[in-house]
Amino acid sequence: MDRPIRVLVAKPGMDAHDRGAKVIARAFRDAGMEVIYTGLRQTPQAIVDAAVDEDVDVVGLSILSGAHNTLVPRIMDLLRQAGLDDVVVVVGGIIPDDDIPALKAAGVAEVFGPGSDLDRIVEFVRQAVRERQRIG
Amino acid sequence: MAVTVTPQQLIEALRAGDRRALARAITLVENREPAGEAILQSLYPLTGNAFIVGVTGAPGVGKSTLVSALIDAYRQRGARVGVIAVDPSSPFSGGAILGDRIRLAGSRRDEGVYFRSLSNRGQVGGLSRATGDIIHVLDAAGFDVIIVETVGAGQSEVEIMRYAHTVLVLTAPGLGDDVQASKAGILEIGDIFVVNKADREGADRTASELRHMISLAPQGDGDAWKPPVILTVASTGQGIDDLVAAIEQHREYLKDRDTLARRRRQLVERHLGELVSERLLAALQRAAGDRWRQAVDEVVARRRSPADAVRRLLSDVDVLAGLAREAGSGGGDPVEA
Amino acid sequence: MDGTSQAPNCAAPGAERAAAPGAGPGSGRQFLTLSGQPVKAVYRPEDAPIDYARDLGDPGRYPFTRGPYETMYRGRLWTMRQFAGYGTAAETNRRFKYLLEQGQTGLSVAFDFPTLLGYDSDHPFSDGEVGKLGVAIDTLADMERLFEGIPLAQVSTSMTINGPAMVLYAMYLAVAEKQGADWRQLRGTIQNDILKEYYAQNTYIFPPQPSLKIITDIFAFSSEHVPKWNTISISGYHIREAGATAVQELAFTLANGFTYVEEGIKAGLDVDCFAPRLSFFWDIHNDFFEEIAKLRAARRIWARRMRERYGAKDPRSWAMRFHAQTAGVSLTAQQPENNIVRVALQALAAVLGGCQSLHTNSFDEALALPTEQAVRIALRTQQIIAEETGVTNTIDPLAGSYFVEALTDQMERQAEEYFRRIEEIGGVVAGIEKGFFQKEIADASYAFQRRVQQGQYVIVGVNKYQMEEEQPVPILKIGEDVQRRQIRDLRQIKRSRHRRRVSETLRSLAAAARRGDNVMPPLLDAVRAYATLGEICDTLREVYGEYREQAIF
Ligand SMILES: Nc1nc2c(ncn2[C@@H]2O[C@H](COP(=O)(O)OP(=O)(O)O)[C@@H](O)[C@H]2O)c(=O)[nH]1
Ligand SMILES: [Mg+2]
Repeated sequence: MDRPIRVLVAKPGMDAHDRGAKVIARAFRDAGMEVIYTGLRQTPQAIVDAAVDEDVDVVGLSILSGAHNTLVPRIMDLLRQAGLDDVVVVVGGIIPDDDIPALKAAGVAEVFGPGSDLDRIVEFVRQAVRERQRIG
Repeated sequence: MAVTVTPQQLIEALRAGDRRALARAITLVENREPAGEAILQSLYPLTGNAFIVGVTGAPGVGKSTLVSALIDAYRQRGARVGVIAVDPSSPFSGGAILGDRIRLAGSRRDEGVYFRSLSNRGQVGGLSRATGDIIHVLDAAGFDVIIVETVGAGQSEVEIMRYAHTVLVLTAPGLGDDVQASKAGILEIGDIFVVNKADREGADRTASELRHMISLAPQGDGDAWKPPVILTVASTGQGIDDLVAAIEQHREYLKDRDTLARRRRQLVERHLGELVSERLLAALQRAAGDRWRQAVDEVVARRRSPADAVRRLLSDVDVLAGLAREAGSGGGDPVEA
Repeated sequence: MDGTSQAPNCAAPGAERAAAPGAGPGSGRQFLTLSGQPVKAVYRPEDAPIDYARDLGDPGRYPFTRGPYETMYRGRLWTMRQFAGYGTAAETNRRFKYLLEQGQTGLSVAFDFPTLLGYDSDHPFSDGEVGKLGVAIDTLADMERLFEGIPLAQVSTSMTINGPAMVLYAMYLAVAEKQGADWRQLRGTIQNDILKEYYAQNTYIFPPQPSLKIITDIFAFSSEHVPKWNTISISGYHIREAGATAVQELAFTLANGFTYVEEGIKAGLDVDCFAPRLSFFWDIHNDFFEEIAKLRAARRIWARRMRERYGAKDPRSWAMRFHAQTAGVSLTAQQPENNIVRVALQALAAVLGGCQSLHTNSFDEALALPTEQAVRIALRTQQIIAEETGVTNTIDPLAGSYFVEALTDQMERQAEEYFRRIEEIGGVVAGIEKGFFQKEIADASYAFQRRVQQGQYVIVGVNKYQMEEEQPVPILKIGEDVQRRQIRDLRQIKRSRHRRRVSETLRSLAAAARRGDNVMPPLLDAVRAYATLGEICDTLREVYGEYREQAIF
């Protein structure tokens, strides 16, 4: 049986703007994926615990509050500690260009800014998971 | 990372409390991968210790909130709790958005709680199969209480609830559809009825309507279980102790009357039945080959009734001989994880 | 005259086949408003059968379709109110003074997330968010610094705060008290609109019922002690920004408004005691006429309901006054300078729709917090509309336009249909719990995104007229040391305050909340004792519980 891709969509920190997270969750669903939506106000630890429990292939983080430089590296660290270094992590939201290299260096697969094409995000995730499975 | 572990290693790890191993095993089982079948096979002797509570009711009545409160209550009593929360998949894409985790208290980290979100993947029978299998995995992993939350609609819910020892049916006042939901077949499956949102106007009325409906239901013999109606405010924890007490009472009842054993037997019987029909069907299809397709064509063209087509298939000696061959060989093959 | 019948066919041979046979001008594609409403090519008298006295009335007269005041901008321009706040209170105080020097006429405070959610800056959860998207306020000391050198008796201040609105309001009153200002002269607004938080903006703390109770406490307290204060700003803005259509924004916001009125009446208040202090807040998006029609419809619906259903007798209870803000969601990160034009057109719609105050977004807001230069351009945009274009000379200049009147009618009808559905579900709170609003908005938002994806809606610079290489624009970044400084100051305050007084005032607050008494007086005592925002909210969390969102898709 073709196994559906499992994605965790989470909003770390206090940022309350969830329009983007909800739209992308739907886009993933409509692309046949199973989306675990953890909702707002998640601590990095809670996100990583959820990623472990739910055995996801992908973690999608949506951050519009400007706290990405604090939150994302912490989540990446905790993922590594939990042994989930192979999970594909994508970040969406308002991320200044200058901050992107550091996030990628921390292990983020891709950063999608405002107005990103939904189909492109979905395709990227599909491709990245395929690659991960090939290596795996 | 490469899946280099064997099912046996995975089992050892999950028995030792490794959550990632548990999560991975559940995925394999859910996806019916060969390694998953192997895991189930080896785990089976280790199951049978968990107490399984089903929670059902219309969307929005407070199931997830109540589950979160029950987790707290059972944790306080020292039990380890596993939760399976099932949401429907999209009929268009097969994908799903699983949102029950939201109600899990956010920042709390607790090794004694495992929570897994499940999509029904569009299938009724398959859903109850996967849920049943995952319950076995959690059971073998040493969870004392396993809570299964589903959306209270349709046949699939009734199916899943057969895996539970105690079924909680939730309603709430002021949702308009409270009592309706209980009429639609759910009245029969509830062991305990919960009127949640008791902080709302009309809770007492909903409760008395429910009690009335239960009293009208056909009664079993003298000491048959009479489903109690419990009022709760899941969001504040009010009434949760009463609910846990009622669940415990039901558990005692099942034990005393040996109903637990009987339920288990029924469960196994169903499970075996499903497995047998699934395997036999697959074997038959392989054995009949073109004749199977032919039978389908004939029924589609209305040249034969379905029953007639089946009769013909099952009286075909070649098919039967093939069936005997095929049925013996399926399953149980050695697998690589 | 029918413009199409005599037209010679000059089109190239292929063009004819592309258009639907026999259809009017521009057929072959659907013409929709931004909210997905079909619009006709031409509107005629029969599309807008208006009874002037019943449906429009003069400005300042029932049903207030044409504006809440008789003289509108001839009497007084709208208040130009730019939302500002970042970093520490001292930094925001400097931005406030800059804006006042530039000719801004009212203040508007943006708070950071920890403040919006009722946590102190030193709470572990606040890490990384302190001072990021607004100013950090922990205690009365921060509030004193925020308004240092700004006489509160003379400015009008708007505070965008909901979950902990009563705490920030109490702090504001305490600062005014220290400045020697008379509470009865204070002018300003707290957003205090909790209902939309549960389905659009998510800065709630407590469940709906206790939150509504606190709001009626504020109504009662203010009508007695702070009579010029707008106790609530019933906000469509966030509903729209969450992805709702214009009609949904209109209907859901008004439904929330009706709920507050009903709660006030249920709490035993006379509707005319608190209704004149209710104000509204609308989002102004790109579809020019749709937005204007929405504003006109809003005033008319409100007036009719207030008079007919809630029996208000004071015309001030009927007249809707509102703040407007250009749509943040419409700003693009691509070619950000284009946003200056978008904002100007949206602002023009807000003015033609009769706003009482206006915030114009800065063009760089899709990238980061606005720089000073960007904020200035946004303010200048308003000043140009006000002082160069002449649109302020005549009130409601679009009245009588067949199109605008037809659209106004249509929006009123569609809103009424939503009111009916909401009533059927059991009201706004039941609708929230059932996820009705969440689902409606999520559906609309996703449908819109899909239409953009398919190119059905054009977003210049995003799905059309893109540029390969974009010029970087300078953006404002908040340093991480804000958090450190804020926490240091907070520790300092905690050391120097009278500890026993803090715990006593918190205890009386909890007791009042448990008894169901008005929480404003004990809250004032607590903030005067320098109890922190987090301590106060935790005290109330103990009593009321916390709300958690629902996953509705
Ligand atoms: N007033 C009140 N609200 C509740 C109670 N339990 C749950 N809720 C609210 O009801 C809504 C639906 O709850 P949820 O647990 O998601 O329901 P589910 O769809 O059945 O899982 C949420 O907004 C909860 O906060 C309760 O006992 N009283
Ligand atoms: Mg649920």
